[in-house]
Amino acid sequence: MGRMGFSPKHACLTDEKDPNRQKITNLTSCLLVSCQLNLHCEVRPPFSSKFPLPFFPSLPIGTKATKMSTAFSAANFSTQSFPLNHTSTTSHDSPLVFAKPTSQFLRSTRKLRLSSSSKLNLNRRSGTVVAVSDVVKQKKSKSTPTLLITKEEGLELYEDMVLGRAFEDMCAQMYYRGKMFGFVHLYNGQEAVSTGFIKLLKQQDSVVSTYRDHVHALSKGVPARAVMSELFGKTTGCCRGQGGSMHMFSREHNLLGGFAFIGEGIPVATGAAFTSKYKREVLKEADCDHVTLAFFGDGTCNNGQFFECLNMAALWKLPIVFVVENNLWAIGMSHLRSTSDPQIYKKGPAFGMPGIHVDGMDVLKVREVAKEAIGRARRGEGPTLVECETYRFRGHSLADPDELRDPAEKAHYAARDPITALKKYLTENNLASDAELKAIDKKIDEVVEDAVEFADESPVPPRSQLLENVFADPKGFGIGPDGRYRCEDPKFTEGTAHV
Amino acid sequence: MAAIFQGVGAAAPLSSSPSNSFDSNKSVFSPRRSFSVRKRASFAVVRSDGIVNLNPKGRSAQRLISNAVATKADSPAASSSSKPGHELLLFEALQEGLEEEMERDPRVCVMGEDVGHYGGSYKVTKGLAKRFGDLRVLDTPIAENSFTGMGIGAAMTGLRPVIEGMNMGFLLLAFNQISNNCGMLHYTSGGQFTIPVVIRGPGGVGRQLGAEHSQRLESYFQSIPGIQMVACSTPYNAKGLMKAAIRSENPVILFEHVLLYNLKERLPDEDYICNLEEAEMVRPGEHVTILTYSRMRYHVMQAAKTLVNKGYDPEVIDIRSLKPFDLHTIGNSVKKTHRVLIVEECMRTGGIGASLTAAITENFNDYLDAPIMCLSSQDVPTPYAGTLEEVTVVQPAQIVTAVEQICQ
Repeated sequence: MGRMGFSPKHACLTDEKDPNRQKITNLTSCLLVSCQLNLHCEVRPPFSSKFPLPFFPSLPIGTKATKMSTAFSAANFSTQSFPLNHTSTTSHDSPLVFAKPTSQFLRSTRKLRLSSSSKLNLNRRSGTVVAVSDVVKQKKSKSTPTLLITKEEGLELYEDMVLGRAFEDMCAQMYYRGKMFGFVHLYNGQEAVSTGFIKLLKQQDSVVSTYRDHVHALSKGVPARAVMSELFGKTTGCCRGQGGSMHMFSREHNLLGGFAFIGEGIPVATGAAFTSKYKREVLKEADCDHVTLAFFGDGTCNNGQFFECLNMAALWKLPIVFVVENNLWAIGMSHLRSTSDPQIYKKGPAFGMPGIHVDGMDVLKVREVAKEAIGRARRGEGPTLVECETYRFRGHSLADPDELRDPAEKAHYAARDPITALKKYLTENNLASDAELKAIDKKIDEVVEDAVEFADESPVPPRSQLLENVFADPKGFGIGPDGRYRCEDPKFTEGTAHV
Repeated sequence: MAAIFQGVGAAAPLSSSPSNSFDSNKSVFSPRRSFSVRKRASFAVVRSDGIVNLNPKGRSAQRLISNAVATKADSPAASSSSKPGHELLLFEALQEGLEEEMERDPRVCVMGEDVGHYGGSYKVTKGLAKRFGDLRVLDTPIAENSFTGMGIGAAMTGLRPVIEGMNMGFLLLAFNQISNNCGMLHYTSGGQFTIPVVIRGPGGVGRQLGAEHSQRLESYFQSIPGIQMVACSTPYNAKGLMKAAIRSENPVILFEHVLLYNLKERLPDEDYICNLEEAEMVRPGEHVTILTYSRMRYHVMQAAKTLVNKGYDPEVIDIRSLKPFDLHTIGNSVKKTHRVLIVEECMRTGGIGASLTAAITENFNDYLDAPIMCLSSQDVPTPYAGTLEEVTVVQPAQIVTAVEQICQ
């Protein structure tokens, strides 16, 4: 069952009837839908009557919104290539030459429905379709070639992505050597999303993730040693070995987990954003502008908790960004087969928040979008839904044989490896030399090896640790027959008591 | 899930007041003396629109007044105006406890459906939104799973939310968050994050509310590790448990009962809390230990009057803490009387009584002279018809029969 050519974005963009659409054939991966009119209808007192402007990524070179809206009239759309993919591969330029999917049933109805519905949607909303890359391109052509990142930033991004990749590869090795067990979900291929977003955060900002959380933890600043120890189940792990792969937490770095059930973390993230708003408005900590990022996948976007939280976040204008890592597969369930309208970003405007789709294999594009979304949240303008089109190079977990995905699809995305792309950008724009990048590679290798060594040498949790963290206040174990609190019983500190 | 509470006539049984003796040095009050039952029946019917009808003529109200035999005179004098403290109904006591905690700690907030402008479907949060604002008393959309999770996320990041389920049964929709996050996150984060939430709401069998609004969730939640469960039964312990639960660092589920909201009692003016892990001695006795909680306490006390007339001397303990059990109070009682009767409103299968039976057997088997008897509700979805509903829950007559059987 091929996924090629299904892409709803492609479908709606190549609607022949709409001349505007024709011109933007190429801008398949950067689609911006602003929702001015609808948003105005849906605002609700008493929380704020101020209304978010149509969302455009703000550019360093002060391009104003109004200017942008004229700049983005149909005539200016062009088939320029993207910053990172100057010599884009053929598949990227002409999306429709992908191999036809084998299942005609799925393919045909989807395309028809999507092109009509999306056209309807866009026209009804009178939204302005904007391509981020085009904006970026405009900026580039207006002045002397100004790059999106500085050298330091570029190296930071590169190092973070390489750390994520190397760490995950090492996880796979360690798993097959029997050092870690259970369900381990690796993030290879999606590094651009984690790096692009999390590197823009402050320490006090919160991140909530799913079971695919190793790299989110690393990007947020949790030391590789702590994460690896946690995976090995050692007591020096970030959660003392009690959480495991799917439950990475760090109070210091404000990583609020690590959740095994999908969708479970989204309300928690909403709560963290609520605290931020509460601190500002009730506790009067005027400078509290902490933002929360909630990461989750395409499968989660069919879950009730997702929709309920979109509603609440938009209703109360919570400082949160909902980041969808759409890697098209939920274990073996293709996103198309499980979702009536696969364009997830469109679900944002339904709740009164901007919905943005971005190429999640391109860290610079993700970063640009993230800047604006996080900025919006910080300014108190409310939540944003960002759909990142990305891909996981490995299976769902290390136990997944990954037989269902088309090798051609995998090859297509492997060619868009975010690390390779960033490397190319850095070298071609003379931001970094090959040697510098290789030095970073080497440094990361050492970090990861050190993490493994540290984890290997760390002790396993002793028996006494069993009951320590069940309750924050251990009086919760109750009063024993002898009248004393059970937690005072030495068997409790030894971990041998029965609870 | 759309709970339409139209004129829920909650007719309260006789009021009861524990003796007001307490050690003024301690802030924790453990009532250990018996209380007497007043002859006068003070109850009110509060309709959902807030109108209080002080002279209800409901048939059901009459039924609960049995031949009231005052066993002991009250120690304070007759005139109520000279007594210390102030009289409150149970829902007002909850409100007072909540309000005091919200004043005391600005991080305490309330979230739930209709808690703000509406004042709570049982008026527990009445007036709080006007006083503390819409953000501190948050009216949520109808999304239990998500706003419970939101409360948990807020608790992890520093707030102390009190999450209200409009009816306990609705919290079944929040089971995911309660079980997975509320109970587990402190552990799976290696102790890094605490979840000081209070999840509260009315449950239990009411007056013909139908099966789905008459659920008792304590049995479903009791297996979740990492949470504490308490059930309040009098205005005094309602306020005390509410305050203790809010101050606790652990997640606490506070079970209230739809029919008990209009109990009236005189509460001390001082600040006090009730220990979350302790049981309450309601009536000391010699012959049999009756363990109960929430509304069944009143059925037991009613049966106790009949039993006393028949010459039995039951010891009645309101276990209050459903998880964990106060094995000390219970154990001491078992060691004294050697006979145990558990009266609960939970279902027979897998209920609190079942767990309690197991706990007592494990710990105090040698002290028992007779097998433990457990009277629970029938394993039946609560029927709407009043006559049928009456027989699904334990009635005082059954309690009397059971005690007679045990004490043979």
